[in-house]
Amino acid sequence: MARLSNELVEMPHRSTVAEERAISVHALCKRFRVADGAITALENVTLDVRPGEFVAIVGPSGCGKSTLLKILTGLLAPSTGEIRIGDVAVEGPRRDIGTVFQSPLLFAWRTVLENVMLPADVQKLDRAQHTARALSLLELVGLSDFAQRYPNELSGGMQQRVSIARALLHDPSILLMDEPFGALDAMTRERMNLELQRIWLEQNKSILFITHSIPEAVFLANRVVVMTPRPGRVAEVMEIALPSGRGLEIMNSPEFGAYVSRIRAHFGSSGVID
Amino acid sequence: MKDDNPIRPTVASRSLSLALFLALLGIWELTVRYLNVPAFIIPKPSSVLLSLYTGISSGLYFWHTLITLTEVILGFLIGAGAGFFIGVGIAINRYFSYFVYPYAIVLQSLPKVALAPLIVLWFGLGITSKVIAAALICFFAVMVNTVAGLRSVDQERIDLIRALDGSEFQVFWMLRLPAALPFIMAGLEIALTFALIGSVVAEFLGAESGLGMLIQSMNFSMDVAGSFSVLVVLAIVGLSLNQLIGLVRRKLIYWERRQEASAVEPLESAESMDALQMPSRAIP
Repeated sequence: MARLSNELVEMPHRSTVAEERAISVHALCKRFRVADGAITALENVTLDVRPGEFVAIVGPSGCGKSTLLKILTGLLAPSTGEIRIGDVAVEGPRRDIGTVFQSPLLFAWRTVLENVMLPADVQKLDRAQHTARALSLLELVGLSDFAQRYPNELSGGMQQRVSIARALLHDPSILLMDEPFGALDAMTRERMNLELQRIWLEQNKSILFITHSIPEAVFLANRVVVMTPRPGRVAEVMEIALPSGRGLEIMNSPEFGAYVSRIRAHFGSSGVID
Repeated sequence: MKDDNPIRPTVASRSLSLALFLALLGIWELTVRYLNVPAFIIPKPSSVLLSLYTGISSGLYFWHTLITLTEVILGFLIGAGAGFFIGVGIAINRYFSYFVYPYAIVLQSLPKVALAPLIVLWFGLGITSKVIAAALICFFAVMVNTVAGLRSVDQERIDLIRALDGSEFQVFWMLRLPAALPFIMAGLEIALTFALIGSVVAEFLGAESGLGMLIQSMNFSMDVAGSFSVLVVLAIVGLSLNQLIGLVRRKLIYWERRQEASAVEPLESAESMDALQMPSRAIP
């Protein structure tokens, strides 16, 4: 299904009929009122995520990535435009979305297991069933031995893995990730990328992944949405035609390099991105 | 942890400080004896010890300690309870905050000790006036810390619960309250000390019983050794109360201990450190 990505941007999303969408964002604008007038954070943003697809949004700070994510979680209302999760328009927080934030945001007074159980507590889900699920998710992120530990006994990378397990607990169909590995050192970050890819392949979630690292976006995603700042706009949507189940060595391949430099070209005039 | 950590006293450092204390008492005793300092100015440690022994063995100190303790604990419970609930109200409801906060500020700018004569005048020589003085003096410390603690929660964690379709009550119960506990406990620790000050001061001004009244009456009869011995009792009461609240703190904020229990890997726990700070800072 190779398709010219530039074409996709301009195509009104209704015309791609009958194809199922996990997330569809159409002509989204978000303006904030400030002391002297208004600033436009997002302008006419249109993008979609197919079921089971991994879409990365890459862009420098100020391109409205986090605003977009906040709108998708239903915590912020768009100024104009439409967002659908599945067939339903987003009007507020939804129970079938898992979110991973930039920092792990664990609760110091809960054990690792209890932190993973947070969605079950908030949504009053069956405890026994979800405890079992939490334990298997901890196994998935490689932290089985740490279930009874407290967050401050864990390293930053481990804490972020706990927060990924937490985001998956209530079995959401969609995972939103807002620069989840931004605070980690380069080596931990690569390891986390591999783990996330494995989790995605095992769990078959639709993932929208926000990052400002171009290689990270290309490495992980089926498609990369390139955004430019002030106001945030979609500059290009790029299909990444690399095989799935990628290893880190793929970063040395010429195809990988070509994707990275093509994306980087968008930011050539606006300076460094990562 | 290293052995020479000054926070963790070893057996050796403990016995050293005990030896120094005994030496100090010895110097005191000898100085008073050989320089003929009058007993109504500074008594000998031995006579203080004697007064202490008589006071305790006669049951006199026990009774007055019980009275003062009752005043302190009742005053603390009332003052801290009111401080907590009004603090919660201020933190979660803007209108309540507008309404109550100015009065709270005025109350705080007032030295509460200055109110003690009035309180004794209005509520009499019995235990009630002491309880009210203690409650009034410890109220503010708890209120300010409750408000600061409940407001210390970062927006991102609030968003996390909201994004899961959590209610405001859940945000309060699962996040704000536990996050505020270290702050509230810091307030309670200060408040307990304040409550002791409040009831002793009120006892000075007029009371039928209590350790403060005992000191006052001993001063009038020039029994300085007696006064000193009651001071010793007061110090023991204060220390025990501090130990007790420390115990409550460790039970209630169980996750704090884990900070010392060495981490699996070194970490940059900037957030968890945040929560451990003990500010009694004013409300923004």
